[in-house]
Order: sequence, then C-alpha cells, then structure tokens
Amino acid sequence: MSEAAPQKTGEDLLVAIQIRKEFGGLLAVNDLDFTIPQRSIVSLIGPNGAGKTTFFNMLTGLYKPTAGAVIFDGHDLTGKPPHTITKAGIGRTFQNIRLFPQMTALENVLVGMHSRLKGGIIGSILGTPRVRREEREARDKAQELLKFAGLLGVDHELAESLAYGDQRRLEVARALATEPKLLLLDEPTAGMNPQETVTFLNFVSKLREEQPISILLIEHDMKVVMGASERVTVLDYGEKIAEGTPHEIQHDERVIEAYLGRAAAG
Amino acid sequence: MRGYRKRAVQASGLDRVGAAWLELPERFRSLAPVVIVVALAVTYPFYISSLPTNIPVIVQLPPLHDTVTILVFVMMGVGLNIVVGYAGLLDLGYVAFYAIGAYTAGWLASGQFEQVNFHLGSVGIAPSVRGIHISIWLVLLCAAIVTAVGGILIGLPTLRLRGDYLAIVTLGFGEIIPQFVRNADNLHGFDLTHGTFGISPIDSPGFGQTLHTSLGLPVTYQQDLNADRLFFWTVLGLLLLTLFCSMRLRDSRLGRAWIAIREDETAAGAMGIPLMRTKTWAYAGGAFFGGIAGAYIASFNSGAFPTQFDFNISVFLLCMVILGGMGSLWGVVVAGSILAWLNFDGLGNIGSWINTSLLPSSHQIDVPKYSFGIYGVIIVLMMLFRPVGLIPERRRKREIEETTHGPLDEPLYEMRGADEPGAGERGEPGPIPRG
Repeated sequence: MSEAAPQKTGEDLLVAIQIRKEFGGLLAVNDLDFTIPQRSIVSLIGPNGAGKTTFFNMLTGLYKPTAGAVIFDGHDLTGKPPHTITKAGIGRTFQNIRLFPQMTALENVLVGMHSRLKGGIIGSILGTPRVRREEREARDKAQELLKFAGLLGVDHELAESLAYGDQRRLEVARALATEPKLLLLDEPTAGMNPQETVTFLNFVSKLREEQPISILLIEHDMKVVMGASERVTVLDYGEKIAEGTPHEIQHDERVIEAYLGRAAAG
Repeated sequence: MRGYRKRAVQASGLDRVGAAWLELPERFRSLAPVVIVVALAVTYPFYISSLPTNIPVIVQLPPLHDTVTILVFVMMGVGLNIVVGYAGLLDLGYVAFYAIGAYTAGWLASGQFEQVNFHLGSVGIAPSVRGIHISIWLVLLCAAIVTAVGGILIGLPTLRLRGDYLAIVTLGFGEIIPQFVRNADNLHGFDLTHGTFGISPIDSPGFGQTLHTSLGLPVTYQQDLNADRLFFWTVLGLLLLTLFCSMRLRDSRLGRAWIAIREDETAAGAMGIPLMRTKTWAYAGGAFFGGIAGAYIASFNSGAFPTQFDFNISVFLLCMVILGGMGSLWGVVVAGSILAWLNFDGLGNIGSWINTSLLPSSHQIDVPKYSFGIYGVIIVLMMLFRPVGLIPERRRKREIEETTHGPLDEPLYEMRGADEPGAGERGEPGPIPRG
C-alpha cells in the first residue's frame, strides 16, 4: 500500500525471455528464461563455465544477446549500452574487482553517481551555485554510502591501496551509488576467506533490509548462496537445470549429479 | 649525518619556520606557491633585462619574445593533457588542432579572402583593406569553437578504438590536416589556404583607437613599442585561463568520468558513464585549447604556414604530458616549460656553453641538431627512474590529504597481508579458523 512505485505490485522486476548467446559455434547460454521478483534475493549458480557471467553480462549490456529479450521494470533493455541499463536501475559489481585504482574511495563512489548528477561543462567551469550544491550533496551522500558499506576513514585512500575485503565492499558501495533497483553481484565472495564471506553475506542481508532493492547473486560456491537467497537457479552448460528454494535445490537430483555429486562423493 | 642535519636546521631556526608554515590555513598553503609563481611570471618583463646573461649551463633565461611561443606550447600541452592525461586517449595528432586554430585565424583575420570586404572590430586595418578582418579576440573564440568541432569530427570515427589503434588513427589525422592545408590552394579554382606559402599577414590583437584614448589600452600589439610584453601578458592570461578551466573540469562530474574511463573503460560504462559522449567531450575540450593556442600563435607570428605543423609537434607535446606526469596539471606546466624552452633556446644555450667552457675550439658540437635524440633520452631516463612523471597528480593529492588529517598517531585501520587470517576486516581480529 505504501509502495509508490509505478509498476503494479507482484509484477517481476526483471524478466529475461529466451535469452541466448552464441560465441561462434559455442553456445554459452541456451534459451534461458529467468525472472527476478520485486525486493528479493535470488541466486544464479553453476559450475565454472556454466554461462553465469555471460548471462550476467547480457543483463548489464556488455554483451548483446543473440536472441531473446530483457524486460526490466517495464522497459525493454535488450541490447542497450551499459550506461543506459545502469541509468534504468541495474547496478553491478565485477567478478574480478574492477575499481578505478588511481581514484580515491570517495571518487569511486562519486563516479557511480554519474548518471544521477546533472552538472554540465559550463556550470562546472564557472562553479555556479547549483553545481556546487549538487557536488556538495553528492559528496555527503558518497560518504554516507562508504559508511554504510563499513568503510571508515578511507575516503581519501586510493582504491588500489585498500585491503581486499574493503575493495569488494567499495565495489558494492559504488554500485549502490548508481541508485539501482536491482543489484547484480558477480561472485562477490570469490577470494574471500570464510570469515570475510560471512561478514559480506551479513552485509548483503542488511542491504536488502534497509534498501528497497532486489539482489541477484552469482556464485559457483553453492554453500554461500544457500543461506542468503530466497530462490536459486542452477545453470549447467548454458541451460537451466533446476530452479527453486535453496532446500529444493539441495535435494534436486540433477543438481546433485551435475554439481554437488562430485563434491558429495569426495 | 641525519642528526647533524637536524641540528643544523634547529640552529638556523628553520624548524620553527617550518612549524609556523604548517600552522597556516590549508587553503593559504596550497594557494601561496601558485600566487608566487604567477606573480613572478607576470612581472617577468620587468626584471628579465636585469638578469645576468652568463649563467652557467643555461646561459640566460629566455628572452621575452621566445617566452610567448614557449607559453603557447605549454598551453597546448595542458590542452593535450585533457585528452591523454585525463581521459587516457592516446592522441598522436594533436598538431591538427594547432593547425585548425591557426588557419581559422588566417581565414577570419587576414586578406586571404580578397573576394569579400568584411570588418568586425578589427584594429589597425584601414576599412578599405579587402578580406575578412575580425577582431582577434573574437577570432580566438571562433578558432576554439571551430577546432572543438574539428576535435569532435576527428574523435567520432576513433571512439570505438582503444590504445594502439586509436594512436594510429589520430596519427593519420595529424598528417592529413597539414597535407590538406599544404594542397588546398586550388579547390576547384578556390584558394583556401594559399598552399605552401601559407596565410600572411594575419592581423594583430589590440583594443582599437576608442579604448586607447579612454583607457590607455594599446591600439594594436604589433605596432606597439612593447609588443613582446603585450603578447607575453596575453598568452600568460590565456594559459592561466586554460589551467583554470582544466582544473575545474578535472574536479567536476565530467572530469571524474574521464579519469574513470582512463582507469577502466568497462567499469566506467557499467557505472553509467556514456563512453562515446564522454570521450567526445574530451576531444572537444582538448581541441578547444589547441585551437586558441593555434590562433594566438598565428596572430603573434602574423602568419600560418604549413611547415609549422609537423608531426614532431604532436610527439613533442605528448612528451610534455608524459614527462610531467599523465593527468598532472602542474607537471605538464613544469615539464612543458622546460621542454619548450629547451626546444627554442635551451639546447642552443647549453650547446654554446659546452662549446665555450668545456670543449676545445677544434671539437665543437652542435647540440640543437640532436634535439629529438636528446628528448628521447630524457623520456627513456624518465621511464626508467620516475615513470610516474615529474609531479604525479594523484600521489601528491594524497600527500596533501594526509597532512590535513594531522600526524597519523593512531592507525585509521589495521593492516594485514591478504593471506593472513582476518585480512580485510577491521576491529578485533580474534582467532579465526582457516577453512
């Protein structure tokens, strides 16, 4: 009732219809249907090379799907450039951290706000009150985001000099600065030790509680997503082999066979 | 050794001076050096004549006439810094912008187009003189805009290219423009550029008779007794304007987007930065100042000649940016001043000093002949010993930030190796089982 969002309640935030991606003869993603409901945490898992990141890159505009459509928040975003997709409300992090190394933590977050700010060339050169105010507000907000992400006292540290876990968090802060309705996290716990992983997943839950956003988590480590997500989709060789609650997935025969089988046997 | 030095500093009272300096407001401390340098530059015409002309190695500081050209080159270096330093687009054809600016001045402020007779605020030219004669101040602005549009046109086909490929295409444009002006003296019977002869004379800047009588401003620069001073102050003003705009742009939303593209183009796109548009603006911004520089030097030399726009200039300007530290404004100014001076006076001066003081008259060397060899050696040495440039922008900024935090009496966060337990965490580490 309190939701002022224009879309009807219950409607899915993102719908991917029959998405397909071929690299030459290689079929990376095969006619995948995928939906993300409003305000949910869903996960996409699968062994290495299952097509998770390819799918992810199609959602964010880095790749154009060979066929299929991506409908986000009522808009067709199929094949649109990344910045348009970001502006529409999809923020992302990268599997191998891609911060702007020679920029400070604060500047990294400010870059994330690019599409939400208006300051033009002439205004910036003249330093008009409007641009100065916008810039001041942006800085305040960036500092808040850094604080929210648990990054204290590193505002003016270069991104490359931050500790690994902090870099991961900064990437999330930067993605949040784009004011996303949907946040895509690509293997956010890769390279983290178990302690860091737990802390990070707590942070993701906190994020979901405090902000009106949906989260899509990509993981190849199944243990990670089980606690965190409401719904899990399993990819293998570019095809969806299972979909359901974490509990269902853990007991799905095909998943165990394709994915957990070896681990369970080992 | 170090202790001795410390005591010497204490004895001389320098430590107290240093402490007092640190207590001054941050704003003052960051502005003071700039104010001093600008003041020294503005008053240069007054003390240049009383400076010695037998300084070892460099012989003398550059005469006023040469400083004009030197500062124009520094200005172009600052312009190129927007493209290369901020946005990270390797541009090997910046000389094209210089040429477009100079020829725009040639078209709008000379007798090149005898077919028409159009005067607008021109100074020192009889109304009966044929051709287009627009006030140089307006021409500077027109040249900047025309060149910025040229920058966009050159930029558009190259925007999808990265790295080496971009460099090759810009190199091509840098060659096309001078070749075009050299050969565009007969476009279906129309003489656009006067071919190898170039366009000359080009009008001089000035303020005209009315402002001369009311405010005492010079009528025209060329005919003024202190022509060099006027040209020097004007180019200094243009350079400061360029620096100001460049600095404001760097700290703006657009500047951050440029630097983000330089750092990681893919991530920049994913953060909502429209790559094509932002890169185009970088070309336009860089070209804008290149255009002003070209138009001004054309007016100063009273001519635009195709031989001026050699490929070497693009490389020379790129050397300024690399030597100064990519993206670093003050680095470009310092490196640009040094390199441009070496090019116009310095190498000749150093050469004559070596020949008179070091070498016997039987074995003289012609130092300026090896100019590009010498620049090459400078760049190689620089890359070996200080690859970040003379004044690296970011690191310096960080140092400033750190001093504002005061002495680091308590660590802002705990540092741990990436492979230690609890790496990346802050607060109590506690024993953590490795999984």
